[in-house]
Amino acid sequence: MTDITKETIMPPRSFLSQDAIQVFYRLLAALLICAVLAVLSDSFLSLGNILNVLRQASLTFFIASGLTLVVLTAGLDLSVGANVALSACIAGTVIHKTGSPALGILTGLACGGVVGLLNGVMVTALRIPSFIATYGMLWVLNGLTYWYMAGETLHGFPAGFRQIGSGYLFGLPIPVYLLLVFLGIGTFFAQRTIWGQEIYAIGANPVAARLSGIPVARRLLLVYTVSGIMAGLASIIFLSRLNSAEADIGESLTLPAIAAVLIGGTSLFGGVGTVFGTFIGALILTLVLNGMNLLSVSANWQPLVTGIIVILAVWLDMKTRRRAQ
Amino acid sequence: MREAAVVSTPNPLQRIPGVAIVLVLLVALFSVIAPGFLSVANLSNVLVQSTILTMLALPMTLIIMTEGLDLSMGAVLTLTSLCVAIVSLATKSMLLGLGAGLLVGAAFGVANGWLVAILGIPPFVATLGTLGMAQGLSLIVSDGQSVVGIPHSVRDIYSATLLGIPVPIVMALVTYAAFHGLLYHTRFGTYIFALGGNREALRYAGLSPNKLLIAVYAIGGAMAGIAGLLMTARMNSGHPTAGLGLEFDAIAAVAVGGTSFERGNGWLLGTLLGVLSVGVLRNGLNLISLPSSVQVASVGVLVIVALFLDGLRSRA
Repeated sequence: MTDITKETIMPPRSFLSQDAIQVFYRLLAALLICAVLAVLSDSFLSLGNILNVLRQASLTFFIASGLTLVVLTAGLDLSVGANVALSACIAGTVIHKTGSPALGILTGLACGGVVGLLNGVMVTALRIPSFIATYGMLWVLNGLTYWYMAGETLHGFPAGFRQIGSGYLFGLPIPVYLLLVFLGIGTFFAQRTIWGQEIYAIGANPVAARLSGIPVARRLLLVYTVSGIMAGLASIIFLSRLNSAEADIGESLTLPAIAAVLIGGTSLFGGVGTVFGTFIGALILTLVLNGMNLLSVSANWQPLVTGIIVILAVWLDMKTRRRAQ
Repeated sequence: MREAAVVSTPNPLQRIPGVAIVLVLLVALFSVIAPGFLSVANLSNVLVQSTILTMLALPMTLIIMTEGLDLSMGAVLTLTSLCVAIVSLATKSMLLGLGAGLLVGAAFGVANGWLVAILGIPPFVATLGTLGMAQGLSLIVSDGQSVVGIPHSVRDIYSATLLGIPVPIVMALVTYAAFHGLLYHTRFGTYIFALGGNREALRYAGLSPNKLLIAVYAIGGAMAGIAGLLMTARMNSGHPTAGLGLEFDAIAAVAVGGTSFERGNGWLLGTLLGVLSVGVLRNGLNLISLPSSVQVASVGVLVIVALFLDGLRSRA
């Protein structure tokens, strides 16, 4: 009896933090998937395929990293995929009209950021629950994008611009470098800055956060705007990788991004999770989809598998949290 | 204390203005700016086209009253519509097709309810997951292709009339009557109010909130199955993306109709008027030749405005 009481009051000291242990398990899972795929498919371990996995994972990660901050506040942003589509189409138009990739990149980021800010305003000032506000935004953005493009496809961008998504530097794809940069920035922001810690506090207990003087509304505006800007960044990478933009490119992006966040161990109930976890989550999801591809499973199966993974991830999260209590 | 009301009584009189004013304003607006809007042919067209949405919006009202949400409804409708098409094509029987659609729809509904009630997964994420699954299954069973050549018995449902009234409208009216009876005149209906308003009270009364919740989601799935029959009949084919996004119109109709997302209050007649508002909005924008993309965006704006007003009311 005494032992049990002691344990509940003072958890056993461990060298690693709870977060680090969670990430470690997920790294193991990723390695296990790699081992299985290496056995099942000859081409999995080829350099070309591994670089391809990393590049794909980085695209999911850009969207999912901003989304992680939103989920940390116990919110959700369902509009990210539609935001990528609109930002890509507008950025593409600007590049075509002005011939300046720099201006296009800025417009794409700004467009994503403005959409994110609007989401933040709906959640904070209008007090609409985030999942329904951003779901409404999803359809507004979808409508705007289809109307703006009117069935057209933007095609053909300057060679320099296309390097961003498809170029290599010292043998590694350029998006992988961007991934490392944003993984570093995101981790530093969330773990080592006061604003980052305040975001965790808001997710863990919004009332306590408000009472202890954290400007909750301003921090929420910040996370939704950051989520929008990261969608804008993803739109630029997409644009330069595909070398074209169509109104429907965002439709299959939201579910994988949410899956990456949840696989990565960020809790839907806020306050728990890391940006690094989301990176591992993006990697695991990409490995699974890549494996299906290598084993010649039709791409039609991808939404089904992603949906199952989303539900499994939330269920596992809730199970471990219940055990921890 | 024992007599404290479990049911938060809806006050229709207080709510009639909101959605009725929206509908009257929309009708007035399009009567002026859209030529041909007020013709009998067009108005009956609006009614017939609103029938599928009615079938989704009524169960969506019940689900939202339990403080839930079903984002998978459009994708499940797509899947059931494909099931109706495939089974009726193979067996030449409309009833077997409907049965297949009902079965698949109800299965998804039970799955949604199980994820929400038993596993405790937040509804919007649980149903987002099943949305992906239903969408994936639609692509798999149809291999991404339309299913064509379905029997006449299915197609005729959409064009047939009963006593001069189109069959889809008859079906929608019967559905409304059934839901009205269920919600306001049965114990089950009272329990639905309690699921959103006071779940603890149900537990104290010796009932299982989880089973009730699963039943509510199962009704939603089954209704998506019936709507799937109408969808297949209307398009005279099964298509792997036919119903995607329709859940949004359903949520819009419920939100405009004055059902609250946070307080377990629901109003079925409001939802019906909400369905008509969405139908009129889409039809009117169509008549003044605005593309469907603008219709989608304007329904999105409609939802956000309705929710903002709902938030104002809940604070007032």
